[in-house]
Amino acid sequence: MNTSVDKSNLLTGSTGDWEIVLGLEVHAQVTSESKLFSGSSTEFGSEPNSQVSLVDAAMPGMLPVINSVCIEQAVRTGLGLKAEINLYSVFDRKNYFYPDLPQGYQISQFKHPIVGEGEVIVDLDDGSSVTVGIERLHLEQDAGKSVHDMHPTHSYVDLNRSGVALMEIVSKPDMRSSAQAAAYLRKLRTLLRYLGTCDGNMEQGSMRADVNVSVRRPGDPLGTRCEIKNVNSVRFASQAIEYEARRQIEIIEEGGTIAQETRLFDPKNGETRSMRSKEEAHDYRYFPDPDLLPLEFDAAFVEKIKADLPELPDDKKARFVESYGLSTYDATVLVSERVRADFFEAVARGRDAKLAANWVTGDFFGALNKSGQSIGDAKVTSDQLGALIDLISDQTISGRIAKDVFEIMFETGQNPAEIVEEKGLKQVTDTGAIESEIDKILSGNPDKVAEYKEKPKVFGWFVGQVMKATQGKANPQAVNEILKAKLDS
Amino acid sequence: MSVDKDTVRRIAHLARIAVDEADLEPLSDELNTILDWVEQLGEVQTDGVAPMTSAVETTLRWRVDEVSDGGYATRVTLGAPEGDDGFFTVPKVLE
Repeated sequence: MNTSVDKSNLLTGSTGDWEIVLGLEVHAQVTSESKLFSGSSTEFGSEPNSQVSLVDAAMPGMLPVINSVCIEQAVRTGLGLKAEINLYSVFDRKNYFYPDLPQGYQISQFKHPIVGEGEVIVDLDDGSSVTVGIERLHLEQDAGKSVHDMHPTHSYVDLNRSGVALMEIVSKPDMRSSAQAAAYLRKLRTLLRYLGTCDGNMEQGSMRADVNVSVRRPGDPLGTRCEIKNVNSVRFASQAIEYEARRQIEIIEEGGTIAQETRLFDPKNGETRSMRSKEEAHDYRYFPDPDLLPLEFDAAFVEKIKADLPELPDDKKARFVESYGLSTYDATVLVSERVRADFFEAVARGRDAKLAANWVTGDFFGALNKSGQSIGDAKVTSDQLGALIDLISDQTISGRIAKDVFEIMFETGQNPAEIVEEKGLKQVTDTGAIESEIDKILSGNPDKVAEYKEKPKVFGWFVGQVMKATQGKANPQAVNEILKAKLDS
Repeated sequence: MSVDKDTVRRIAHLARIAVDEADLEPLSDELNTILDWVEQLGEVQTDGVAPMTSAVETTLRWRVDEVSDGGYATRVTLGAPEGDDGFFTVPKVLE
């Protein structure tokens, strides 16, 4: 989709510029109670092999029966990706040998996936966006987990994850920098969480990425790609891409050629290395699984899921910009998580939306960040933050004082009105009282008054003095007006 | 379609079946006989005919999403040649 070359994305080698071409395969664990083809639990972190049925352990004669919720989740995700939903899809066997794959094959979808082409709009930090094409989404089984550090000569196998439903979401090779790939992963995670089809938890492995990296001279045809496995965080994806692109450029510039291979990212040293054992395994000998009939549903099934879709991030963002008048940046920050957007809307209801956005994205998110809390942990509720904004709007307190009140609210969860009352923070709007303070300051500092005639900038100093004398409680607008009138007279 | 000795060697390896070098040639002959026999199906005119996926008229059965199985680690690992602490154990396969 990115037909023109953006120069800022190019890497400079010793013989000229290079363009990186990236495509991602994301494995997203479907949110469901039970597995794709068996009734055992999908819960994370249980005792080894405690969530394994005889189907998952591939005991002879056991037959797979598909989970209807997993089908719905795949369709829901497809709709979120604005993709074509295939009413007819087929499960195939992908054959390979590995200890954590008891069947000797993974049930996947090869020729006829459940979801076809779609697209994701990816927002970049500089405010621009790129559209990344989706090639397909298919349903497949996860494998078990091998643990290698429990014994010197043996690997330990836990099949709890074996058979859990995954959605493999394959992008087109539309990304041109590690920043774009990172933003794509983040956007996909946001989207999956909005849809409720995957929890997007990369640490627990419920979202994993394989990254296809190749390099070329700008405008040239695609280079040979390497596939990097084992990338389980957005940061690792960026690191792996940067390292791998440099490695490939170096090889080509020294006259070598890139061998198409599977590589492993090692987070310890930030490098990728060849996974030789995977080479011959690439002959998967796919064939339709004779234990499963084709997966078929009608358009009404898809329509019903479509009707229940929540408002998705892109639509929400557009609405925030349009109906609240927010900047694209603020809207992007707010819609990045559904709880954030909901919190903002609760604060903004019936209030100045821009002021609400400033408080939510500025002070509130700032305090959360600093304390390492999430919205769910915070003591401040949206009602309380709204009440604080009301106190500013009706001039009970100044914006400056509000920041102090907010700090106390964030610490204690107290109501803003209580804090203002207790600490005596009510704004002085009585112009008589302000005027007398100003008079005192002017008469006490004739030199500064004289200086003001030469340098109008001294005005700020007077404002500071008035605020100091009133412990910050004077209404700033009244102070400005009265001070200006007196100094200019 | 026909297979040669090298293909047979490769298929055997992928299927983790040990085949003696001397058996590869006779095996490829046997496989080719089978393939030729199946090839006869190609003579049937199937244009416009949907692939048959089942011998009886039936559709894929969908299951309700609920936990109804599992919870018997001992039973699952019972038949394994080796195990420890609820895990299956295998010779080290670390990359």
